[in-house]
Amino acid sequence: MPALTRWSIRAALINLLAALGLGAGLDTGLLPEAFRPVFFHLFMLGGVAQFIFGVAWWMFPPLSRERPRGNEAAGWAGFVLLNAGMLLRALAEPAVALSPAPWARVVLLLSAAALVAAGWIFATLLWPRVKPRPGKEA
Amino acid sequence: MPRLSCYMVRSALTHLGVGFVIGGLMLAHKAVFIHPAVPALLGWHIHALFFGWTLQFAFGVAYWTFPRLTSWGFRHPRGRPGFAWAAFILLNLGVMLAGPGALAAGPPAQTAGTLAELLGIGAFGLHLQPRLRPPLPRVGPADGRP
Repeated sequence: MPALTRWSIRAALINLLAALGLGAGLDTGLLPEAFRPVFFHLFMLGGVAQFIFGVAWWMFPPLSRERPRGNEAAGWAGFVLLNAGMLLRALAEPAVALSPAPWARVVLLLSAAALVAAGWIFATLLWPRVKPRPGKEA
Repeated sequence: MPRLSCYMVRSALTHLGVGFVIGGLMLAHKAVFIHPAVPALLGWHIHALFFGWTLQFAFGVAYWTFPRLTSWGFRHPRGRPGFAWAAFILLNLGVMLAGPGALAAGPPAQTAGTLAELLGIGAFGLHLQPRLRPPLPRVGPADGRP
């Protein structure tokens, strides 16, 4: 299992735990509803999608013998952007909803840019590895 | 990877790209006002990322990796591929209707899209059901058979 997969799965599990913690806080009324979007995105994006990215990076057909997974540096950049984006979002989205301070707006914009970039990096890295095996049935 | 899995995974990656851009736009709109129509993109965002990306990606990989059925008497190694192709078409039609379709035509398109997604999930369930099997017992030289 490649290192990027191991770190993606670890980060996905941490995101899932954080999401469940937020969910518990929301359901018991300890946290305001402003945290609801963060809860949902920690679960589906930081948890589920990141788990999928990690496993796909490991299991998808190799690109070539020399570079089986393509641009590894771009993969790490996607991993950092996704987790940094989620962290910034978790800080800024409730802050903007509760009291829209200028710093929170800037951080929220940064998180939006980081998350979109991460999604596109993973999509473009996986795209060329989605290919049929030559001579195999459809 | 079979051809249908390639189509499903590439289609899923396309929905991922579109859904992330819409999500980024909506998130940025919370920070700075962009356009009054931006919050209306929420339905497209949800359908693209839940049905178009997550579910379709899982279906594409399941079609590729689940046990093959040649030894169980099916003509096609993956059993009933017609249902899987129907799921591919219905899921993508559903996302297009419930996403951009609903923006243009309103709630009827959203209902039709959700129904198409539901039928797509059912079709894939019909495809996958015969492939949920235990492995065949191993046949070796000890049995006197090849």
